Amino acid sequence: MGITISNISKSYGEITALSDISFDVKPGELFGLIGPDGAGKTTLFRILTTLLIADNGQATVAGYDVLNDYKSIRNSVGYMPGRFSLYQDLTVEENLNFFATIFGTSIEENYDLVKDIYVQIEPFKNRRAGKLSGGMKQKLALSCALIHKPKVLFLDEPTTGVDPVSRKEFWEMLKRLQKKGITILVSTPYMDEAALCDRIALIQDGNILEIDTPNAIVSHFPKPLYNISTNNMYSLIESLTNYEHTYSIFPFGEFVHYTDKRDPIDKASLKTYLESQGLTDIKIEKTQPTIEDTFMELAK
Amino acid sequence: MKRFVGFVRKEFYHIFRDKRSLFILFGMPIAQILLFGFAITNEINNVDIAILDQANDVASKEIINKIAASKHFSIVDIIQQESSIESIFKKGKVKAVLQFENNFGNNLIKEKQANVQVLTDATDPNMASTISNYISSILKKYQQELNENISIDYQIIPQSRMVYNAELKSVYMFVPGVMTVILMLVSAMMTSISITREKEQGTMEILLVSPLKPFQVIIGKVFPYIFLSVINAVVIVLLSIFVFNVPVNGSLFLLGIESVLFIITSLALGILISTISATQQTAMMISLMGLMLPTILLSGFIFPISSMPLPLQVISNIIPAKWFIIIVKGIMLKGIGIGFVLKETLILLLMTLLFIGVSVKKYKIRLE
Repeated sequence: MGITISNISKSYGEITALSDISFDVKPGELFGLIGPDGAGKTTLFRILTTLLIADNGQATVAGYDVLNDYKSIRNSVGYMPGRFSLYQDLTVEENLNFFATIFGTSIEENYDLVKDIYVQIEPFKNRRAGKLSGGMKQKLALSCALIHKPKVLFLDEPTTGVDPVSRKEFWEMLKRLQKKGITILVSTPYMDEAALCDRIALIQDGNILEIDTPNAIVSHFPKPLYNISTNNMYSLIESLTNYEHTYSIFPFGEFVHYTDKRDPIDKASLKTYLESQGLTDIKIEKTQPTIEDTFMELAK
Repeated sequence: MKRFVGFVRKEFYHIFRDKRSLFILFGMPIAQILLFGFAITNEINNVDIAILDQANDVASKEIINKIAASKHFSIVDIIQQESSIESIFKKGKVKAVLQFENNFGNNLIKEKQANVQVLTDATDPNMASTISNYISSILKKYQQELNENISIDYQIIPQSRMVYNAELKSVYMFVPGVMTVILMLVSAMMTSISITREKEQGTMEILLVSPLKPFQVIIGKVFPYIFLSVINAVVIVLLSIFVFNVPVNGSLFLLGIESVLFIITSLALGILISTISATQQTAMMISLMGLMLPTILLSGFIFPISSMPLPLQVISNIIPAKWFIIIVKGIMLKGIGIGFVLKETLILLLMTLLFIGVSVKKYKIRLE
């Protein structure tokens, strides 16, 4: 009753958006689709929400085939497109009312489902949707996608362009919704959000790189990972790029995430090398890899 | 049903909150009908003419007086010799010169035949022929008065009479035309824009992923416009009755039914346009170029179809407005019943069914 995807391919003319994608989302799971812009996330969402037809392969949503039972799917899923797609000239309340009505329900009937989210925007219920802030728009869009109590919820980059506090709140809401038995497929370009999912699929250029729980994906990172920081970020990256033992470097906030070709790493000689490049305040510490590290490693 | 009501309510919100569409809906019809009614007119009033009276006798004086008394002409100049005619035309103010021959009155009595020359400035050919017709009719009237007491055997007097629009008021001709153009514009352009707006703003994506069926979306979209267009039609008819005194000789009910039919034809065209255009701008361009221009130029609204070249006459048959104008003129001015416009009504009906059929077939249930 979750989502099954088998061998889905889709291209737009010359451009391949999805090539031979297969994975399952279990009922009640919060599943993350993680990948950069242009990876094919939106195309996959549109295929699953019956808006596009795949060139090849099959998929089912809540037990219905995306091609033959598209009408049943449209009755039982909630979809929040990547772009804000509500009526800007309607107020918050009118939007919610409209979506409740076209799904044959009412705000009162499913109020408990959207309550947590809706109370936050209720003070603005007479404001036009176009005049809301980014975070509030997303909350309204989520409320509208939820108002008919969908079995499966599709959220295409719901937190893009939303401030960090609202993003955190948004994910807490998703967790609560999941407890109510709703299967959720969410896509995001933010790797830090991936850790909040039950399972994630890393996707790039229309290919799935890996599917697993966030912890398992991180544990698949092949090498010990080090945080390196110095007085000068730019020349640190330059120096490490030219270092003969460097396996990978990846700027990560105030640090550089570094892996070495040798095992174990020779910290002393690395420090000597960096000093010889004129760098000071050198700190080298072992650290836990993140999903982002794994993604960069897999995407190589 | 509740879904439908909800959808229609949403459409009304859209319409009433967008000042631009409100203006197109209600400002334009009134502006157009007033503009066509008052400013753009084919009638002649107070046309300046000059007189060259070489006879200067009782008969010519009488005729000149009659012309001066008519509201159509005002005599601005009396010229003395033939050579001044050209220079007076070149000045451009005088549109016609009336020249009486020498001994006009004598000839009329003795020879029973006298000549008067009407020279008109035909740089505006329609106006020139109208002027010459008006003057001829004044002359004819004078001739009849002369003959009243004299019996002449075997005389054929052509009695032409303008029926349905005896005063040749151009507003009679414009009202059906303007009504057609406005209903077409409002219905087709506004619906096509409102449907493509959903595509452009991404809301169509959500509507598609909902239990709403395509026909529910379409009916929900057009219903408000049927309602508003009917109001427009009523406003136009009221304006033409009370401001321009255009009579409605036929049944108002029939006029109403035919208008609703034409509104639905236009809405169907609007839906068709929306299925082939992705943006509001395209929809507007197609509506304007593809519908408005042919409706104005080829429907017989401004230019009579019978005087068009044959290919254009053939093309005019596929323009719904042509048939609606025939119907409206028939009902309003001639007062005819459904029996006489049955053919036109059926043609409109068939066109409507065709447009709806094609739109339903072309309506996308997915994004591509």
